[in-house]
Amino acid sequence: MSTTTDVASASATRRAFDEFWHYFSESREAVAGMVFMIFIILVAILAPVIAPHSPIETNTDFLRKPPAWQDGGSMQFLLGTDAVGRDILSRLIHGSRYSLLVGCIVIFLSLTFGILLGVTAGYFRGFYETAVMRVMDVILSVPSLLMALVLVAILGPGLENAMIAIAVTYTPHFVRLSRAQVISEAKRDYVMASRIAGAGRFRLMAITILPNCMSPLIVQSTLSFSTAILDAAALGFLGMGAQPPTPEWGTMLAEAREFITSAWWMVTFPGLAILITVLAINLMGDGLRDALDPKMKRS
Amino acid sequence: MFQYFLNKLATTIPTFLGISLIAFAFIRVLPGDPIMLMAGERGVTPERYEELATQFGFDRPFYIQYKDFLLNILTGDFGQSFVTKHPVIDEFLARFPATLELSLSAMFLAVLVGLPAGIVAAVKRGSWFDHTLMGISLTGYSMPVFWLGLLLIILFSSILGWTPVSGRISLLYYFDIHTGFMTIDALMSGQKGAFASAVSHLILPAITLGTIPMAVIARQTRSAMLEVLSEDYVRTARAKGLSTFRIIGLHAFRNALITVITVIGLQIGVLLAGAILTETIFAWPGIGKWMVDSIFRRDYQVVQGGLILISSIVILVNLTVDLLYGLINPRIRQTRG
Repeated sequence: MSTTTDVASASATRRAFDEFWHYFSESREAVAGMVFMIFIILVAILAPVIAPHSPIETNTDFLRKPPAWQDGGSMQFLLGTDAVGRDILSRLIHGSRYSLLVGCIVIFLSLTFGILLGVTAGYFRGFYETAVMRVMDVILSVPSLLMALVLVAILGPGLENAMIAIAVTYTPHFVRLSRAQVISEAKRDYVMASRIAGAGRFRLMAITILPNCMSPLIVQSTLSFSTAILDAAALGFLGMGAQPPTPEWGTMLAEAREFITSAWWMVTFPGLAILITVLAINLMGDGLRDALDPKMKRS
Repeated sequence: MFQYFLNKLATTIPTFLGISLIAFAFIRVLPGDPIMLMAGERGVTPERYEELATQFGFDRPFYIQYKDFLLNILTGDFGQSFVTKHPVIDEFLARFPATLELSLSAMFLAVLVGLPAGIVAAVKRGSWFDHTLMGISLTGYSMPVFWLGLLLIILFSSILGWTPVSGRISLLYYFDIHTGFMTIDALMSGQKGAFASAVSHLILPAITLGTIPMAVIARQTRSAMLEVLSEDYVRTARAKGLSTFRIIGLHAFRNALITVITVIGLQIGVLLAGAILTETIFAWPGIGKWMVDSIFRRDYQVVQGGLILISSIVILVNLTVDLLYGLINPRIRQTRG
């Protein structure tokens, strides 16, 4: 008996995936974004293998070498070196690890707490809901970067604390979204049927309702993934995120700032890495939204 | 309508109280003793310590401390900067016009470019213009603004030498401050070249700060227009033989405006967050740079006050947007009022 239901649910999942892929692959931009994301993920995983040099080892013989194609550059350092002779390409390759890590952890934290608070608020309603939503309003009324800066001031600078701070500023979006979803889903017949069948509160919330609320949450997660990378880089740039000599892209930009007139490559490449990664995720996010959520379609 | 206004106003009160509570807790949860922080590196004698503790009320119960704190901020007393010893509110008011001038210029640029671009893209849906514009706007939306600022400095200040790198006006000009807006004050002073200098200082920061709102406004205007253009009344207008210009300008755009105003309103918080980065890059003496500097100097009294003041501005702007919303769209007033 159980095997037949397993097979049935497996083929249902398969069908849902096929349908999703059909809509997703309609957009060339979305597929391009996905391909580039896979590329970045591979780079991040293989960083120690493919990086030509150490990301933190300094080399006083090669200070501020321009990229290979410019006069004075060499093939040894394809994208040039920074003020203390570190290979920029190697630092960018290792930096991809930090950016992806930031995205993953921020989304994990804000999605978990967002769903927890949002689903319970939408299910229980009443005073509890009002209290939760008011707290979220408070967080939302502080500009996110200022909130993150203040939190980092309390927790101390560093990449871990920056991730926690960014996750706090993103949580309200997930709370609002999941609460609204739960409120509209809870009125449906299938929820009533499940309740009559004797399902408990926890089962109703987590197993009956939540899976039907996931589409907008997935879309929001993708879009927040890219802004998390931007915000972490901004904090690194302000000196409140990852600390030197960590090869985080924003921190690299902060270190390069005093050389903007003399060594353009130190400023250009880390920013380009941030831009392309964020752009790829946003392209993918647009495709996901069109495929998963017809209501949010950009028409 | 008045009832709607009162309801909206009432919802901002708990938000404001929440902000004040966060700001109140901020100084007290920081690692270290607030009095030792205030004293700085020289330290204090035990007698002086007691004196300061009594003066700031740290020896009293928390709820009394909070009550006093709240009464103080309601009368505009946000304490003194640890570093400069000036009242926080004075420092804020001295810097706020600079941020306001920058933000308004950025928003002006964003609307000036984003709005028409979004309308044209919607009308010419699927054309090369539409595709190019949406590509540019997605890139703008994905842009790390602090990097864009640095690139603009490299291009326009270092290579072309067109614009200055930092500040609000050349040191050659000196005049009295009337409005706090450097461009307007420069015009009022009547000095030759002062206005041009103020504008050339303003232009790069305004472009940097305006890029993301511009991208968002273009995208949202486009989708709002697309939605409206497919409505029946637009078809009717077309069938009546009205000119395309009239249909788009008068019928479609008016209805798309609701979405657009909301988007512009929502961008204010984004602008204030972006101002932190933009002002830091261009050494623009506004509240964003002030907050970053204060955090680095551990001037926590300023951070506390600035947090409340900046958030209050966001709350007020959101309230205004809600009210405008109600004015433009009577349906909302009734259902949500």
